Amino acid sequence: MTARLAPPYGLLLDRDRSIRFSFEGQPIEGYAGDTIASALAANDIWLLSRSFKYHRPRGILSMAGDDANTLVQLPDEPNVLADLHRISDGLAVTGQHYTGSLRSDGGQWIERIAKFLPVGFYYRAFHKPRGIWDFWEKRIRARAGLGTVNEAVRGRYYDKEYAFAEVAVVGAGAAGVAAAIEAARAGRQVVLIERQPILGGALNHARVDARATRGVDLAGALAEDLAAVEDRITILTDATCTGLFDDNLLAVVTGNRLIKLRAEQVVLATGAIEQPMVFANNDLPGIMMGSAAQRLLWLYAVRPGRHAVVVTVNGDGYGVALDLAEAGVTVQAIVDLRTAAAPDSRVEEAVSRRYPILQGFTVDRAIANAGGHHLAGVDLVPAEKDDMATPARRHIACDLLCMAVGWAPAASLAAHAGAAVTYDETANSFTVADLPPTIHATGALAGIWNTDDAIAHGRHTGRRAAGSHGEPTAKTDAAQLSVSAPFPCSETGDGKAFVDFDEDLTPEDIRNSIAEGFDHIELLKRFSTVGMGPSQGRQSVTNALRLLCRETGQAIQESQGWTNRPPAFPEKIGQLAGRGFDPVRKTPMHDRHLEAGAGMMVAGNWLRPVGYGSNLSEAAIAEARAVRNGVGLIDVSTLGGIDLRGPDVVEFLNRLYTMDYTKQPVGRGRYALMCDMTGTVMDDGVACRMAQDHFYVTATTGNSDGVYRSMLQWNAQWRLEVDIANMTGAFAAVNIAGPQSRKVLGPLCEGIDLSAAGFPYMAVGEASVAGMPARIMRVGFVGELGYEIHVPAGYGEALWDALTDAGRPYHCRPFGVEAQRILRLEKGHIIIGQDTDGLTHPHEAGMGWAIGKRKPFFVGKRAIDIQMARGLERVLVGFTLPPQTAVLPEECHLVFKGEDIVGRVTSIVRSPTLGQPIGMAYTAPDRAEPGMPILIKGPMGRYIQGTVAALPFYDPENRRQAG
Amino acid sequence: MPFGLLKFGLTKTYPARRILPRQHDLKSRYDVVIIGAGGHGLATAYYLATRYGITNVAVLDKGYLGGGNTARNTAIIRANYLTPEGVAFYKESMDLWRGLSDEFDLNILYSTRGHLTLAHTDGALRTARWRAEVNKHLGVDSDLIYPDEIARLCPQLDLSKNVRYPILGALHHPPGATARHDAVAWGYAEGAARHGVEIHQHTEVTGIHVQGGRVTGVETTRGAIECGQVLQAVAGASSLVARMAGLKLPIKTIPLQACVSVPLKPFLDPIIVSGSLHTYIWQTTRGELVMGGATDPYPLYSTRSTLDFKEGLMAHILELFPFLSEVRVNRQWAGMADMTPDFSPVMGMTPIGGYYIDSGWGTWGFKATPVAGFRMAECIANNRQPDLLHPFRIGRFETFSQVGEKGAASVGH
Repeated sequence: MTARLAPPYGLLLDRDRSIRFSFEGQPIEGYAGDTIASALAANDIWLLSRSFKYHRPRGILSMAGDDANTLVQLPDEPNVLADLHRISDGLAVTGQHYTGSLRSDGGQWIERIAKFLPVGFYYRAFHKPRGIWDFWEKRIRARAGLGTVNEAVRGRYYDKEYAFAEVAVVGAGAAGVAAAIEAARAGRQVVLIERQPILGGALNHARVDARATRGVDLAGALAEDLAAVEDRITILTDATCTGLFDDNLLAVVTGNRLIKLRAEQVVLATGAIEQPMVFANNDLPGIMMGSAAQRLLWLYAVRPGRHAVVVTVNGDGYGVALDLAEAGVTVQAIVDLRTAAAPDSRVEEAVSRRYPILQGFTVDRAIANAGGHHLAGVDLVPAEKDDMATPARRHIACDLLCMAVGWAPAASLAAHAGAAVTYDETANSFTVADLPPTIHATGALAGIWNTDDAIAHGRHTGRRAAGSHGEPTAKTDAAQLSVSAPFPCSETGDGKAFVDFDEDLTPEDIRNSIAEGFDHIELLKRFSTVGMGPSQGRQSVTNALRLLCRETGQAIQESQGWTNRPPAFPEKIGQLAGRGFDPVRKTPMHDRHLEAGAGMMVAGNWLRPVGYGSNLSEAAIAEARAVRNGVGLIDVSTLGGIDLRGPDVVEFLNRLYTMDYTKQPVGRGRYALMCDMTGTVMDDGVACRMAQDHFYVTATTGNSDGVYRSMLQWNAQWRLEVDIANMTGAFAAVNIAGPQSRKVLGPLCEGIDLSAAGFPYMAVGEASVAGMPARIMRVGFVGELGYEIHVPAGYGEALWDALTDAGRPYHCRPFGVEAQRILRLEKGHIIIGQDTDGLTHPHEAGMGWAIGKRKPFFVGKRAIDIQMARGLERVLVGFTLPPQTAVLPEECHLVFKGEDIVGRVTSIVRSPTLGQPIGMAYTAPDRAEPGMPILIKGPMGRYIQGTVAALPFYDPENRRQAG
Repeated sequence: MPFGLLKFGLTKTYPARRILPRQHDLKSRYDVVIIGAGGHGLATAYYLATRYGITNVAVLDKGYLGGGNTARNTAIIRANYLTPEGVAFYKESMDLWRGLSDEFDLNILYSTRGHLTLAHTDGALRTARWRAEVNKHLGVDSDLIYPDEIARLCPQLDLSKNVRYPILGALHHPPGATARHDAVAWGYAEGAARHGVEIHQHTEVTGIHVQGGRVTGVETTRGAIECGQVLQAVAGASSLVARMAGLKLPIKTIPLQACVSVPLKPFLDPIIVSGSLHTYIWQTTRGELVMGGATDPYPLYSTRSTLDFKEGLMAHILELFPFLSEVRVNRQWAGMADMTPDFSPVMGMTPIGGYYIDSGWGTWGFKATPVAGFRMAECIANNRQPDLLHPFRIGRFETFSQVGEKGAASVGH
């Protein structure tokens, strides 16, 4: 490691801890606290990456994560900001986006044909002859992209935290810390969010006046104030606020955690981003922002060069020169674009120290060293071409060029919050206005560049955010302290000058785009891609807009900045996802199913047994036979269960469901079919009248939440006196079905006479089953004598065990969803969502019988009447295929009438009971009579003819379920 | 080196072709006014001019050209719909798409990638088979495929069985494609302007004049215009503009959000959609991952972004591609989706004479850009509803003659 500067340089370093990592395979040593870029710089490695289009060498630019020039590759992580990412032992860092090696990138030839590849070149060629683009696209894609994804990465841990603050302060620079102190002093709970590991922002590295230590002194004073109110401030360092969403929801990323912070008031003190100057070869490593050089010095104890030139239009640039000189860097020249500097203590100090100052000059071009990888010197020319008073062109050798030509407010978060971000021609910069009342801007973001003013304004803003007003600060006038050049762009020199480093765009590219008609900033962005790279235009938008307005003569003040979109800084997908939360619902009997060898399937949020055994299709047939011939058990806990109570309960059901419940006696269930307003069938279940004013309504597994929501929504409108409680999951339920089911359940059941007369088909009641309180319904979905038993969920496993034990003498076996589908199809019962679709009305599905004829209203009635007046266009029928049919059609194979599609198969199975394939399908109404042929286009496009059959296929007289 | 680029290298001054036309003064009368200079409006103007010789046309936009949903969509092109009416319509669109670069002499980067709609439930599998069967019957290349074949087409997908929603199969649509969405609008704009169509950006329509049941002109922020025919093609604001003409539309406007990642080296070729996970993802020519999901849960006229959308979407992206956890999201945005009850558009003639509508584009408008323009031009030129658009007529909702495409929607709504 080359020598570092001694303390107080290196605020972020822990010099007691050495860290070894590698870059491009070369072992490197740094200190704990170093970023990849600072450690490399300390080892005199400045080339970090290759640019997107021309593969030009790039290095440190902002040292603040504001540019894409430092993007490097980690083994598991592409596109990592080397100037923010801290080193750790063993970290293997490489460059990315090159062919061969980083130092000798085989992709550089592309710049030699740059003239043939103008802005948007891909729109101009590669499409003739037709089809040739497929060839070119592969080649262009291979050259695009930046980092490489490691497809072997698995399961990194990320999580989320929900946090609240009365006042959230984003940015712990001078203004932000001052705001946080005052808000806390006013009694508010404050969260202070800082991207860097330490508080103080620019106070830690910027030269705020002639004295070197003034910033650190101010930071120290603020820290003392902060300590006095620390019990009311939560400080988050290394935490990046990436988004500010509606109702003051802040996304804060720190480590592997996404904090979702909701704040009553938000103070934005996000500071400013130093802006680059445009001149030939302004992208050479060794050319960086003045603030980047200062960060290297003060935060990382790295000397950013040996011989420096500073190009500037403000006192900050002179401060940079002072800092550099004091750290042992030779200041070759301070190049001031202005002819006279504004009064500033740093200027006076530089003058008194007799640094060479060139006023009225600008950079013509930067010149690379022999290897082409680093700055070796700059050519300077008079800033005004016709300025005869200044001596002409001169060359200065240097390995460091610091750009201090202006700032742009870091306005992303303010813009997310809806602020107007517009260009102010007196400040030569964007300004932020029209923030919502609970969001406040302070510091450089608010256009306040003087540190003392920023602290005063921060304090005032903190008090304002806390609700107390206190003394207003002096109104700051941005123009009075303009720190930015109006047009820091010099196009005299040879070589490419970059407006946008991410996208390798030059002023010529911008002008050519404008010449093509893309003369609005948003159009310009879309055609040239300016601002669309990883740094989201933080360092290109200002200069691009200046160029656009100069070229088109638009008033820059009236041109709009472009839409600033979240995130303010890129967020990892893993951080956003967190641990994921897709709840899996398991019934209380879940373990019993697994013990019995069940294969499980996803059903809505639930897991349900498909069947029991290793061969599920064989199991389904055996299970179905068991139910037909003996008795079987199926876990139906996943069904929706909704308790409806109140004097208007019947009226409510009459409005929501198609049948009429007025005369339904207590102790009886009745089918319940629900439609939406367009008459489409939405759900079905059974409405059980448990008491005069109490119904228990079941819903299908996948739809129960929707049914409940729909009930709440309708009753918000109807305001009937009915309580709606979603009991789904609160009950465990078992359907015991088959001719022997009464014999199994009978001995366990107390309180209900289960005899055919005592508890007939569709009877419901409350009883005790094996000592457990239960609701019992006699239902017949599978077409056999059967009972649905609902018990509180905690008893579910006990109920299952009790029934299994009691059923053993009768060879009772559990059956799964597949067997149930076979059984219900034999019985001709539809499954909503399988035998219906998004437009099915009840008559089409053969459910006309379920519509209460005399009801004046139910949801969907009007739509159904209109559709029936139009006439049926399709109808659901049963059909059979010859038993010898070898290959069956599958569900959703189409039904034809001649060439016309008239329907589809909705359900099909080889019926074990009937010994032939049976199914349901939509067909044309004039083809729906039993005995008519039905033409199905089956597998491989082969037509199969079946015969329409009356439903149900099995036990049409319903003797079995009535038994 | 393709021939088309030589001139840039061999000339001294940049040979600008001026893709987007200059701004004109607004005339007081045009034959046809098109409200909305997005893809659909510009395409209609283009086909009116090139196919019907109707060139006294003004295309008006309140913002910049192509700045609405044309700029905000995620550029997926496919024809694997569910209803025969829908499939026929989108199939014609794909036929037009393939010729656009040639027709414009502007490469719109039309890229055939193949499109996979993953099925994680047996219900989704059934819908996939239904779509495949309808598609095949109508000559659209689609098939239901199973995990082995999915692994061959997209080996990066997590096809393991012990995940929350195992992948059971997929609807494979080999012609599924993408294109540079902005360039489509530019190509149509350039072509239309070359034939004399005027495009007026930053010219907002503030009123629509109707007399005796016929449209007679529009009021704009730059003055009044007389005209005999008006088309509204303003996805995201359809109901608001229609209301100015006195029409009420069965449309709910709901934000739809999407994201892109920082560019990555190419690793993903096909377009991957999961309806059950409300997720789709594909990789652009530049290397960015384009990721989108379900519409927001409530209607709103706003293009704000939300955090919870991004969180939910990314959790599901990781279900499909666990290794993307270390990839960064660079940008998030929203467009506004005009949702119809049946997930099909509302197009063609209206009860107002001379007033035409191209709306209800929900989340499926981009892919229909060429066919919508082509057939709306026919509709305006002949003042008659084209047969292909008959199913999408505005009056269908009165009789519930819907064209149900919910089953073919990429993601939840």
